[in-house]
Amino acid sequence: MNWETVIGLEIHAQLATRSKIFSGSPTAFGAEPNTQANLVDLGYPGVLPVLNAEAVRMAIRFGVATGAKVARRSVFARKNYFYPDLPKGYQISQYERPVVEDGSLDIVLDDGTRKTIGITRAHLEEDAGKSLHEDFHGLSGIDLNRAGTPLLEIVSEPELRSAREAVAYMKKIHTLVRYLDICDGNMQEGSFRCDANVSVRPVGQAEFGTRAEIKNLNSFRFVERAINYEIERQIELIEGGGTVVQETRLYDPDKGETRPMRSKEEANDYRYFPDPDLLPLAIEEATIDEVRRSMPELPDEKARRFVREHGLSDYDAGVLTASKELAQYYETVVAELGSQAKLAANWVMGDLAGALNRDNLDVTQSRVSAGSLAGLLTRIVDDTISGKIAKEVFEAMWSEGRDADAIIEAKGLKQITDTSAIERAIEDVMSRNPGQLAEYRSGKDKLFGFFVGQVMKATGGKANPGQLNELLKRKLSG
Amino acid sequence: MHTLTVSEMSAGLRARKFSSLELTLHLLGRIERLGPGLNAFVTVTADRALADARAADERNAKGDGGPLTGVPVAHKDIFCTDGILTTCASRMLSNFVAPYDATVVRKWREAGTVLLGKTNMDEFAMGSSNETSFYGPVRNPWDHARVPGGSSGGSAAAVAARLAPIASGTDTGGSIRQPAALTNLTGLKPTYGRVSRYGMVAFASSLDQAGVLARSAEDAALLLEAMAGFDPNDSTSVDTPVPRYTAELKQPLQGLRIGLIKEFFGEGLDPAVERCVRGAIALLQREGAVVKDVSLPSLPLSVPTYYVVAPAECSSNLSRFDGVRFGHRCEQPKDLLDLYRRSRGEGFGDEVKRRIMTGTYVLSAGYYDAYYLKAQKCRALIAGDFARAFGEVDVVLSPTSPTAAFKLGAKTSDPIAMYLNDIYSIAANLAGLPGISIPCGFINDAGTELPVGMQLVGPHFGESRLLSVSHQYQLRTEWHKRAPKGYA
Amino acid sequence: MSLTRNQVEGIARLARLEITEAQMPVYVDSLSRIIDFVEQLAAADTADVEPMAHPLAQQVQRLRPDEVTETDRRDKYQHNAPSVAAGLYLVPKVIE
Repeated sequence: MNWETVIGLEIHAQLATRSKIFSGSPTAFGAEPNTQANLVDLGYPGVLPVLNAEAVRMAIRFGVATGAKVARRSVFARKNYFYPDLPKGYQISQYERPVVEDGSLDIVLDDGTRKTIGITRAHLEEDAGKSLHEDFHGLSGIDLNRAGTPLLEIVSEPELRSAREAVAYMKKIHTLVRYLDICDGNMQEGSFRCDANVSVRPVGQAEFGTRAEIKNLNSFRFVERAINYEIERQIELIEGGGTVVQETRLYDPDKGETRPMRSKEEANDYRYFPDPDLLPLAIEEATIDEVRRSMPELPDEKARRFVREHGLSDYDAGVLTASKELAQYYETVVAELGSQAKLAANWVMGDLAGALNRDNLDVTQSRVSAGSLAGLLTRIVDDTISGKIAKEVFEAMWSEGRDADAIIEAKGLKQITDTSAIERAIEDVMSRNPGQLAEYRSGKDKLFGFFVGQVMKATGGKANPGQLNELLKRKLSG
Repeated sequence: MHTLTVSEMSAGLRARKFSSLELTLHLLGRIERLGPGLNAFVTVTADRALADARAADERNAKGDGGPLTGVPVAHKDIFCTDGILTTCASRMLSNFVAPYDATVVRKWREAGTVLLGKTNMDEFAMGSSNETSFYGPVRNPWDHARVPGGSSGGSAAAVAARLAPIASGTDTGGSIRQPAALTNLTGLKPTYGRVSRYGMVAFASSLDQAGVLARSAEDAALLLEAMAGFDPNDSTSVDTPVPRYTAELKQPLQGLRIGLIKEFFGEGLDPAVERCVRGAIALLQREGAVVKDVSLPSLPLSVPTYYVVAPAECSSNLSRFDGVRFGHRCEQPKDLLDLYRRSRGEGFGDEVKRRIMTGTYVLSAGYYDAYYLKAQKCRALIAGDFARAFGEVDVVLSPTSPTAAFKLGAKTSDPIAMYLNDIYSIAANLAGLPGISIPCGFINDAGTELPVGMQLVGPHFGESRLLSVSHQYQLRTEWHKRAPKGYA
Repeated sequence: MSLTRNQVEGIARLARLEITEAQMPVYVDSLSRIIDFVEQLAAADTADVEPMAHPLAQQVQRLRPDEVTETDRRDKYQHNAPSVAAGLYLVPKVIE
């Protein structure tokens, strides 16, 4: 039987506010345990939540960016369950009336086609703390520093049909929240993570199969592997005569498999009800308009502009806009260079990306600044060096931190454009290779490349390729 | 000195007739002598009181004291007090030292009051007789065999017995007004949002409101002024200016439109209580008030509505008591579930557990619409009835409680009978309205004199009117001045 | 009885309350009576009535500026904790 996979993602993006969603505690990562948990975060008797305006503004930005409806009235609700990292015994979240509804986002599939994925809703809620399991003689230690950190939970429609699509969607959201400056996107620190709802059904069947929810996936690779494992598991189970049970599962990256979560074995009854400590959240049309006006250029728009104004391909524009910082780097290079966008794009996606990747650096940590790269490319454009030499210069810039001109000067890499010098080198090569010369002249055109290589070798690669071609052709033909 | 009202104490302190230290020592002496018989206090903060009193005397000597500087007060043990045990009369919090002051506590402290101690109450404010306290029942100073009402029973007993001139209370369904009625006090529950709930251990967040138990409307006005106001720490507190309640006490009765709530003068009301209330109505009429009957047909729904809404909220509010960060923790928990179940099972008393379970049930899957959502709709009907009534009259009037103080143990085995004690008071909480109970006579129950209270409820933020009507009534009557035998 | 013993046990489990064997019948009885009592709401005509979650219907949520106002007071806050080590609250092992 042929199976179709149905996936919906619930992405949790920690909002990059200074203070928590309902208290004035700091949200910085990595502090000593429980030093950033105040009375509200600890759920002390008598304390009350007060909503952070910035968290609301960030949710509105996301809503506007995804073409969603931003609710003029939304409601906070309590989700009740007992867990040691949940100090109040309930999580303040939004249930029936979320702040953002009905958005969408385009992703590009492997075959290059675009697909629109619906965003059912995005709602504000508070994060929980953390349970630490090591070193307490069979006990767990609870750190509530993270408790109360604002989260935007972004729920997709079940419109993703493969692990690859799910990853493409998650990456797109990741790009977007960083463009919007609402989340730092740091997945190691848990600032951006997701739960995946996965089910399978026979191709052609209208109803969904029973789904399993895989919790807390915090890397794109894990999302892909966990979903693929889960698809296989469900298909094997069904084909073996079993049935999928609706349950919450955990992905074990070491074993590469998912397993049921013990803590969720008991059927949960969250007893949602409107939080009486918080009033309805009202958002004025004027506030939404103001957010709309202050919206930065978003990745899709930027990519379209790169295609239109720079003549880039869709693919290149997509790669360059995948992160705001990369796009900014690229645009700086183009601006300094004045033109030659395609050259800039090739270098940013090629040598620069390769070097960053090799050293495991972010574009903001690049050893070669956008200005320096533009300086290097200028030397290609003005024929001071060839593209090939430029690669060598780039490597030197990367490791030595000097700019292109200094390296070209010091290493004597300046291109030979003196016609007589190139002619001398050509004549020298011809006289040393009489056999090949005779063959060429008797019609073996392919040997042209051999002579180019020999002359280049003789000039240390510095001969201007255009001139070399022209002169060589003339000399060889006698 | 203990017979003085707050206003009189304030005047005495300012005229240097006595110092705050003398006053405080005198009251601490009474608390030591008479307090245990009533079981009115959970904690007496004698050292703190003496320090507060000395500081107040210094301020007064320098002439920079306010009207309340040096006036002793007591707080219901539901208000968090920094560095002082805050128990909510529960085993769960019997070891809990609050690390901060509730806004109400801070405001009264900043006004210069002296903290005598923390008063006993029904556990987590769940009760109408003060019999659910982990520290044992409070006795009514008018008859030790009877309850003082609840849940602010300790505050009521302390003020009625002249151990403290005034005390704070909280009112979720009548917990200030009903004990005030049963102990001959003036008890004010302000409009929801008028007083900050920050630092008040929550029972039912959409109903809870802090207020005062006083010996006169004038005193209640004075202390409300010092506790009311917007608080950035409480999202539900309302940002409207606090009137000078004391300055508005002079509003005349002439022309006041009073509506008698028809539904609250029927079956279940003790005829002797009704006679007292009718007497008060006649007096108000003689003084120029216009009295008419008003019908609020949804009010009979208020008790069942309340017993869905309040337990639902309480079941969630009390989830934080899990034995992890504060409060009672069971011995040797064998796993996490055991830690939760035994810590909570041991830490909470029967009535609290009953309400948590009721609330858990009405919110649970499959029952939410039938109970919780339905109750919210009934709540809207009740609020609508009041809104209509206030189109016709300035205040509505009824008895505060269907009976005078009952005997200890009389209703403990029947939760419904206990809940029906609050039949006249609960509706004001559901609608968020201010209400006051004032003394309006006595009944004689087999030779025992027992006080009766009447309740006035006004529109949102109508505290001024309630206080002025009460004050004008108290200028013309002596009921509120009567003290229980042995405590005069 | 509107509630069965089984139901009451389920509620107690959900609410994380240990109820002793001896007390269970008392709770079954009293909770049943309470549920029967509130059942009378069913008869109220609430067609077209908006549920009321909050007593002051016109009020909306006030927002707080995004400012850090808290400093570390862990020692004071952990003073009430039954079991802490290395700044962490200790509980029996959490199994995920």
